[in-house]
Amino acid sequence: MTDAAARDDSDVVLRLEGVTKVYSGTVAVKQADFAVRRGAVNVLVGENGAGKSTLVKMIAGVERPTAGRILLDGEPVAFADTRDAMAHGIGMVFQELNLFGNLTVAENIFVNREIMRHGHIDHAEQERQTEALMERLQTGVNPRATVDDLMIGQQQLVEIAKTVARNARILIMDEPTSALSAPEVEILFRVITDLKAKGVAIVYISHRLEEMMRIGDYITVLRDGRVTGARRMAEVDLHWIVHQMIGSDAKDFSTPGVHGFGGEALRAEDICLPRISGGYAVDHVSLAVRAGEIVGVYGLMGAGRSEFLECVMGRHPLASGRIFVDDKPVRERDVGGRIARGLALIPEDRQRDGLVPILSVAENLTMASLSKLANFFHIPARREADAVQREVHDLSIKVADPALPVSSLSGGNQQKVVIGKALMTAPKVLLMDEPSRGIDIGAKGDVFRIMRSLAAQGIGILFVTSDLDEVIALSDRVAVMSHGRLTALFDRAEATEAKIVAASSIGHGPAVAPQRKELSA
Amino acid sequence: MSAAVESRASSSVRSSLTLNLLRLRTFIALLAVVIYFSFAAPNFLTAANIVLMSKHVAQNAFLAIGMTFVIITGGIDLSVGSIVGLCAMVAGGLILHGVDLHNGYTLFFSIPEIMVVILVLGVLVGLINGLLITRLNVAPFIATLGSLYIARGAALLVSDGATFPNLEGNAAFGTTGYAFLGAGTIFHLPVSIWLLIIVALAAAYLARWTPLGRHIFAVGGNERAAALSGIRVNRVKLFVYMFSGFCAAIVGLIISSELLAAHPATGTTFELNAIAAAVLGGTSMSGGRGTIGGTIIGAFVIGILSDGLVMMGVSSFWQMVIKGVVIIAAVVVDQAQRKLQQRVALQQMAQLA
Repeated sequence: MTDAAARDDSDVVLRLEGVTKVYSGTVAVKQADFAVRRGAVNVLVGENGAGKSTLVKMIAGVERPTAGRILLDGEPVAFADTRDAMAHGIGMVFQELNLFGNLTVAENIFVNREIMRHGHIDHAEQERQTEALMERLQTGVNPRATVDDLMIGQQQLVEIAKTVARNARILIMDEPTSALSAPEVEILFRVITDLKAKGVAIVYISHRLEEMMRIGDYITVLRDGRVTGARRMAEVDLHWIVHQMIGSDAKDFSTPGVHGFGGEALRAEDICLPRISGGYAVDHVSLAVRAGEIVGVYGLMGAGRSEFLECVMGRHPLASGRIFVDDKPVRERDVGGRIARGLALIPEDRQRDGLVPILSVAENLTMASLSKLANFFHIPARREADAVQREVHDLSIKVADPALPVSSLSGGNQQKVVIGKALMTAPKVLLMDEPSRGIDIGAKGDVFRIMRSLAAQGIGILFVTSDLDEVIALSDRVAVMSHGRLTALFDRAEATEAKIVAASSIGHGPAVAPQRKELSA
Repeated sequence: MSAAVESRASSSVRSSLTLNLLRLRTFIALLAVVIYFSFAAPNFLTAANIVLMSKHVAQNAFLAIGMTFVIITGGIDLSVGSIVGLCAMVAGGLILHGVDLHNGYTLFFSIPEIMVVILVLGVLVGLINGLLITRLNVAPFIATLGSLYIARGAALLVSDGATFPNLEGNAAFGTTGYAFLGAGTIFHLPVSIWLLIIVALAAAYLARWTPLGRHIFAVGGNERAAALSGIRVNRVKLFVYMFSGFCAAIVGLIISSELLAAHPATGTTFELNAIAAAVLGGTSMSGGRGTIGGTIIGAFVIGILSDGLVMMGVSSFWQMVIKGVVIIAAVVVDQAQRKLQQRVALQQMAQLA
């Protein structure tokens, strides 16, 4: 697992050994080893749900490992909280911004370690120091500005400045560039180079491969909570990274069934969803799914894929456009009405949107179809139990007793419960948002098989994924979205990785700024 | 609230046995309280005393049933005590003075009509609470705190703060017989106890066997998931506040009928007893969990505790202290057990990994 080049230990400042993190229901990180070197950018990479964020949260003291140990300068440490980790010189820039929008930039930078004078906060000194810091980072942000008034990229820089200001010797950045424009990325990279020269160890999580190839010194790849490779960046190429991330033999997509397609089960025309910050989150998207067809929607984060599904499902009152099920217009605007018309959504975040964790497996399964099960207002126990038992069997949900709380199941089985809940409404079209996210390999195979067999039964499936292999292997047609727009639609035969990736980056500035900028500097 | 699916595996039988013991916690507390007072307080276990205590308990139990549904959805209803007062005063006013039509005539309703009017009044106040919470996005605590003051003020305004005495009614107007609700008996049991049994059974049925009941739990457990499952969250919330108002109206009728008088301060702080009973019965303030049976037992624990302490001659100041300790202890035990269960489950998962 560890390669010869990575075994030189002299500059390792922090090391994780056999670290495991278990959440109720899922194992996020399994037996992971990870070394952080000073004066270097340590890249951490993996697909969604591979456990990157969980791993760094343990380093930053947000989460505590269930098993294994953390060595700082060779000494075992256990951080009580982020404050404790910060005291040991570990700072983290979170993916979701941890800023107080109602406070000024200076107040945010010095939150919880305010500069005091005569028993009150010395605002002038805080602002002076912030000004100096912003000067160094070349952000041009006014220390007295309220954070809510800044643009999202500027907020990200404030978040970074906040951690830099604490003189962290280990700085964790979780997807720091996801909200930055190209010039802002350049500023960030300059800051990183500057910090590296000062001996700071940087842990860098990113999805953008070319970006990490450019900035990284060491790379560690995670897949399904396990470390699958750790090397010097100089020794690896793109192919190696992708191979470690995805694994050649790991995926079981099951073979496509041979069956024809029916008529159009779903047709969405001209779907628009305005964005609060202006523009469209979903920009005039039209797409059709035939009965028995699986259509995959690929795109980068923020491409508007989930929002598109949510518009179809009637979750956004501001959405416009026309929707047809079996060629009949859908006029119902609420979720309940659309479920009745034969649409069903498997949400991306099953904990937040899919399940009621404290209710039982059975109650979660029947939640959306109670009116179907009930005689007028009475739910016959026998009928409900039979329906639940049938669904548990059909989807092979592993549960000892459907009366157990759904939160006691593993991630994959929880996902099956969410799918079962949707299927019990007898949908004609199933909308699946990242159906394989955060579940283990075996359960992924099960979910893919379920999708195939549902399609064979004549259900139209529209699913969203960030996984290239998945979209190519599962889809009868591949739709690609970028910046809220549908940028391409490929048939199975013509859907290649290169074409899909190209279509998904239409309208994006290059992640890495043009070279001539550096030349002119 | 668990679905009626027979458990099969033996391991789950064992764990459900432990769970059932945990669920019976409040019942065990009730038994302990009853046994203690049977020895400590003379006459405690006489039939007359039990009936009397039950009538006291019933007042809180009605409110607690309504409160349980509200809390299960993740809300709170502080206005029920004031609704009790308002309903009692309006009922008293209708019996004694009727409705002055301002043309020389006064309209009197019969007792059944008055009861219907009062129940509708309670539901209407609940509807206003619900609309404030769902349409105008007022936090349940604030919305019902506001209606607590408004309803209490309205109750005082009905009579300018005076008590309506002697609600025997006038045979000439057909307003006699109000006492039956509070003092009458059917098969030796007080009418109010029969009513409580009916309402409690209906509520328990609703919670367990109807889509609406299931939706109440779903909304409290995860509102976003409930909405995405097609549940009309706002309608569910409207219902629980209307039902809570309905229960409060029943209590307003029963109290004014028992006393044959309506006082504008009737029901002051009753909302706190109702919340306490629901929480004692295992209802989670964060929503999604609770049972009607547990709430009834919780109401009995609180009622019997206070009546028993009175019979023992414990000062009312100490009674309040003891009540507070019992409520906090119940929640602390509840939390400790939950934490323990969670830790065991996590350890098992870690071993599997």
